[in-house]
Amino acid sequence: MSDAIAAHADSHGSHAAHHRDLQHHFDSLEQQHEAATLGMWLFLITEVLFFGGLFLAYTLYRIWYPVAWAEASRELSITLGAFNTAVLIGSSLTMAFAVRAAQTGKQRATVVWIVLTMALGLVFLIVKYFEYKEKFEHHHVPGVDFHFANAAQAGPAEIYFSLYFLMTGLHATHMIIGFFIMTVIAWMAHKKRFTPEWYTPVEISGLYWHFVDIVWIFLFPLLYLVDRAGHFA
Amino acid sequence: MAGHISPKSTYYAIFGALMVLTAVTVGVAFVNLGSLNFPVAIGIAILKATLVILFFMHAKYSSTLTKMFVGTAFFFLFILLTLSLTDYLSRGLKMYPGGAGGAGYGVRTESSTEGAAAPAGDGH
Repeated sequence: MSDAIAAHADSHGSHAAHHRDLQHHFDSLEQQHEAATLGMWLFLITEVLFFGGLFLAYTLYRIWYPVAWAEASRELSITLGAFNTAVLIGSSLTMAFAVRAAQTGKQRATVVWIVLTMALGLVFLIVKYFEYKEKFEHHHVPGVDFHFANAAQAGPAEIYFSLYFLMTGLHATHMIIGFFIMTVIAWMAHKKRFTPEWYTPVEISGLYWHFVDIVWIFLFPLLYLVDRAGHFA
Repeated sequence: MAGHISPKSTYYAIFGALMVLTAVTVGVAFVNLGSLNFPVAIGIAILKATLVILFFMHAKYSSTLTKMFVGTAFFFLFILLTLSLTDYLSRGLKMYPGGAGGAGYGVRTESSTEGAAAPAGDGH
């Protein structure tokens, strides 16, 4: 027992000796990084299932009401949706570069890339704001003021818009949480907290940001591209 | 230490592929493929998500354990979607010869009742 502890202490001493960011319960920075990455992925699994429930609800209602889905989907602006998809993919690229800069010890660059990531995220949310505003003006927000041109499909169309607001709203909430995370990471990079040996917070925050991007990659075709070819027209 | 450092060119290539796939999914949405529009759109989205996970999220360069965690997420999502759909999609099916169809929407097999009943008569 005491031998094991001594061996453990030895392994601390041999390399990465008492690295500032090595927690005492880990043998090495590699092990610590692996544990943090696994923990983040575990959280993302719960996130996949969290959004998965909404995707399931979406699927069932779409199967039941294909015509309403086709008609309601055409009310969304495909231009704004595609633009926002490009913006979010761009923010994933800048996020990947932020992590890469941290890996290579360029912390100034990490700050710049994260600020760019946040700027692209802000563009996305601004576009989303104008999309929501347009929904309010056209009475496409579920509730007492809801109005749909084809009265026969108004009921199921209201379900479509309920899911539209729930799914895009939850996605936007994740982005806003992402802003807070990115602010902290940018601040830490500004304070030169990271090294090529220890940049775990940048990496796992990046995982979160990319996950939010992936959610949108599915939301875009599911909400905007239901039936643009007029199959159900 | 930990972590594979991808060249910038890899990230630009993945970004380019994602943009092209976005353009393709928008373009193909305007082509009437009938019932194939939905699988094509979802297929492209899955391809895009895979690129993001493998390269932007470094899953390609992660440990086997991390890769299994990633797989677990989609394994459970698959169960959630398919097991639920076995109920909802089968509600319109006639489950036994002469049986009544369910009340829900689903794949109808109106003519199967007569066809299923016929061979039962001269079975011996």
